[in-house]
Amino acid sequence: MRQTFVRAFGGAAVLALALGASAGCVKSGEDANKAGKDCSVKIAFFGALTGPNAALGINIRDGAKLAIDQYNAAKTADNCKIELANNDSQGDEKAAPGIADAIVQDTKIIGVVGPAFSGESKAANGKLSDNGVTIITPSATNPTLADQGWKTFHRALGNDAAQGPAAGRYIKDVLKAQKVFVIDDTSEYGKGLADEVKKTVTPVATGTTSKGQTDFSALITQIKSSGADAVYYGGYYAEAGPFVKQLRGQGVKATFVSGDGVKDDKFIEGAGKDAAEGAILTCPCVPPDKAAGSFAADYKKATGNEPGTYSAEAYDAASILVAAVKAGNITRPNVEKFVDAYNGKGVTTTFKFTDKGEIDLSAVAVWAYKVEGGKIVALQEIPKP
Amino acid sequence: MHFDYWLDNFWSLSVGGLTQGAIYALVALGYTLVYGVLRLINFAHSEVFMTGTFAVIIAWDMLGYDLNAQRPGTGVVIALLVAGLVAASLTSAGTALLVERVAYRPLRRKNPPSLVFLITAIGASVVLFEAVGLLTDRKLKGAITLVQPKEVFSLFGASVDNVQIMIVVAAVVMMFGLEQFINRTRLGRGVRAVAQNPDAAALMGVNRDRVIMLIFMIGGLMAGGAALLHIVKVGSAQYDVGFLLGVKAFAAAVLGGIGNLRGALIGGLLLGLAENWGAGIFGTIWMNVVPFAVLVLILMFRPTGLLGESMGRARA
Amino acid sequence: MIDKLLKADGRRLGFLAKMGDRWRAIPKGWRFAAGLAFVLLLVVLPRVQIPIIDPIIRTTKIDFTTVLFTVAMYIVVAVGLNVVIGLAGLLDLGYIGFFAVGAYSVALFGSPQSPLATKYPWLICVPIAIAVTMISGVLLGWPTLRVRGDYLAIVTLGFGEIVRLVAQNSAFTNGQRGIGNIPYPPGTWPEGGGGFLDPAWGTLPIFGSATSLGWYWLALACVILCMYASRRLEHSRVGRAWVAIREDEDAAEIMGVQAFKFKLWAFAIGAALGGLAGALFAGKQAFMGSNSFDLLTSILFVAMVVVGGAGNLAGVTLGAILVWYLPERLRGIELFGVELNTGEYRLLAFGLALIIVMTFRPKGLLPKRYRSSQPPVVAEEATA
Repeated sequence: MRQTFVRAFGGAAVLALALGASAGCVKSGEDANKAGKDCSVKIAFFGALTGPNAALGINIRDGAKLAIDQYNAAKTADNCKIELANNDSQGDEKAAPGIADAIVQDTKIIGVVGPAFSGESKAANGKLSDNGVTIITPSATNPTLADQGWKTFHRALGNDAAQGPAAGRYIKDVLKAQKVFVIDDTSEYGKGLADEVKKTVTPVATGTTSKGQTDFSALITQIKSSGADAVYYGGYYAEAGPFVKQLRGQGVKATFVSGDGVKDDKFIEGAGKDAAEGAILTCPCVPPDKAAGSFAADYKKATGNEPGTYSAEAYDAASILVAAVKAGNITRPNVEKFVDAYNGKGVTTTFKFTDKGEIDLSAVAVWAYKVEGGKIVALQEIPKP
Repeated sequence: MHFDYWLDNFWSLSVGGLTQGAIYALVALGYTLVYGVLRLINFAHSEVFMTGTFAVIIAWDMLGYDLNAQRPGTGVVIALLVAGLVAASLTSAGTALLVERVAYRPLRRKNPPSLVFLITAIGASVVLFEAVGLLTDRKLKGAITLVQPKEVFSLFGASVDNVQIMIVVAAVVMMFGLEQFINRTRLGRGVRAVAQNPDAAALMGVNRDRVIMLIFMIGGLMAGGAALLHIVKVGSAQYDVGFLLGVKAFAAAVLGGIGNLRGALIGGLLLGLAENWGAGIFGTIWMNVVPFAVLVLILMFRPTGLLGESMGRARA
Repeated sequence: MIDKLLKADGRRLGFLAKMGDRWRAIPKGWRFAAGLAFVLLLVVLPRVQIPIIDPIIRTTKIDFTTVLFTVAMYIVVAVGLNVVIGLAGLLDLGYIGFFAVGAYSVALFGSPQSPLATKYPWLICVPIAIAVTMISGVLLGWPTLRVRGDYLAIVTLGFGEIVRLVAQNSAFTNGQRGIGNIPYPPGTWPEGGGGFLDPAWGTLPIFGSATSLGWYWLALACVILCMYASRRLEHSRVGRAWVAIREDEDAAEIMGVQAFKFKLWAFAIGAALGGLAGALFAGKQAFMGSNSFDLLTSILFVAMVVVGGAGNLAGVTLGAILVWYLPERLRGIELFGVELNTGEYRLLAFGLALIIVMTFRPKGLLPKRYRSSQPPVVAEEATA
């Protein structure tokens, strides 16, 4: 009994080893040689398609997909078709490095549209950059991302350092508010934005909210006692909605100003039409109907929805990579060279990347939107300093 | 540390804290009832509350008063509030019974250690909030503003509005009604009997399973009431509202003495106050740390809470 | 239907038990050789393509080596949490707090971006991280281990949340912005790669961001070390004391076991392993923000120990594989034309699994067997 078992077990172990030895090593880089004959390439989307943060990710994916589909539909494409590789990160920093590795190993991928959020960018961009994969993020706006020494990093929109001061200027110059109360939600995005606003306007006091908070009475007491005439909120609509509702319910009349994280119809739903009325929302994004060309109409036709936040930026980011392929660049180093030297007009702004991968911040248009009659309408472009 | 600020705004902070505390108290009742009878923490109770918040909004939507409807007259508002209460209470009680049926009853026959119950309850909680999250695309759902807050009177400079009064009064009335029910009716006597000594109660002819269903149902009804008040105050529902509120309500129950009905009220109100005072003194950034810190401190120094665990205490 | 399934599952357990007994009946040398062969297989797993098995286990949408590292790291977590839940019977819902303390210790002591700016190398940060988490385990355990079991669960949950909130709110840890440039161990891959490694790796750092193999091997070594230590501990006086406390604390006290002292030990040792896993996480991630330590991850930690089989090392390993490997393997797979949305449904599935497994197998999928209560039948037969 025991003998047979030992034999069986030992045999299995030896077999496993033999298999392992005979199996040979994983070959990497085999696809690279093929590129000469077959010039089809992939552009990777990197962001959340599922989970709590999926809404923005889907906007971005659809924008990028539109650019690529338009290219593939045109006859100029020859056999150099471009495929969009969806990489769903759920916005989870823990998953980001593994996804970055998978992108690196798929040598057909010449560039990445994303990562969508600043947190996952920090966890993934090092790997992508070390392996020469061109990164163009259409949405991660943390200013420090450009200072990490990632060679292939590019940002297709203004960072918080463009939106924050613009919001501050709007509060100071247009609203002419004397006392500004600045709030953030301690998130990477919200705090980053609020910190930039604080640099432009000196807050009379500051406060914080947290994810999932529904009772804001302590914060509102603080706002009331500060006598603020404007409230700036750095954060997302999920908390901003109930907060504004309670703020107005307590009779605070101060103008509510916030950023692109709140620029969503769900904000009005959460706050109620009456309370949301008059809220000012800034965004370094051009109103879709002001975007050049037929982008807004094409997007609507392709997806059935109006362009959402970051859709136009994603379209531009993908278009730059598509332009690289059009120019015959189908290897990572060539694409990187092309994008670094790129100078052209997209639907949102003019793209010419600095050494750090930023677009010219003074050229970034930050728009102010206003809630009027239960709708978010474009108000004006915030004047540049 | 901003003690000056805290003193200056003492009444304003307190009014806000008491209002939120009343909601904590109603949710805390669910924890206290189950703990008083079964000696286990119904971790899924927070999701019982969450389903109630969605029920209120869906009921209003179905009655034709959705987000964009005009605010109706007083009579209709009262009718809608009652409809919302009924919908939330039924949904929450139904969810609570479902949790009992799926996560607790099959286990009870096997009599495993109480930690096993806690784990199935966590499982039930995760299933409920993930299911609702998937159904709602993890987005908030807004409700019509039925009651516009209006200042009724001023308390030492702090304005007190109609919504705040409504929440505190409704919570206290519900608590009082529940206490009368437990202390004076036949069914209530059964609950107390099982809480005091399950075996003796069974020998005396009390149907234990029915009592357990009853307490889950009552806990659900109270959570439904809390859900309505929450919607009136906050104006929208979200799938993940339960966790933070649930932990705070649990802390409130422990603070007052888990298993003690009046303890839940005292604990809820005190926790609401502590939270707002903490936010006033240490800044709003530390607001959410307060309930957890209170919980740890209470368990360290007075594990039975302020009023002690006493639902089973005999009453003449 | 359910009865039949249960019966079938009972047969599975009986079979596994028999296999286990036979395994123990094999001479020690053979067992050691087989174990070594298995470890060797694990070592080469990411770099070789074993026919038949490889297409089944290799992840497609996400790098296989990175996934293997992640799973190995979470097995260290599972082994640590198993000491607390499985051996000592203390339900800890805030174990992620220790994981976070370990990760932040490395980030704060190692990174040039941290306010401490001590810039210690990773290898020095690890013992610091373990020491700090052990101390934090004792600090948390000292006041809270006096309370009853289910209270303890909630207090630890509170602790985990406090750690996360402090990490998020204090300027010291830089909140969600986090701390970057976390150091990694030294060393570079040999040039040429010797036919086994990728030649393109030549002179790249072993633990840098470009390759994951070094981290996987390191984590694998940690797993083996921790499992060995945990086994030795389990069969020592301390381990017997834990089992006694778990089964009946009052009876154990009467028999002279200092329950409080040993519970504190369990907490401290569990915390230390969590800290080690956190240090691995911090080094591999190279960036540490407060987002990674949410309560749901903590609940997944408990899920892997409890679903797999608390108290049994094979069980918790299975749990870690189910919770962390399976969703990654299923990522992007199409079934009947619909892409499986593993990220979206992972929590839902594990919530259901918690209820079902606890209801039908309260001791987990691979429950712990106790030799004292079951005489080793097969072993007797073998000696006869």
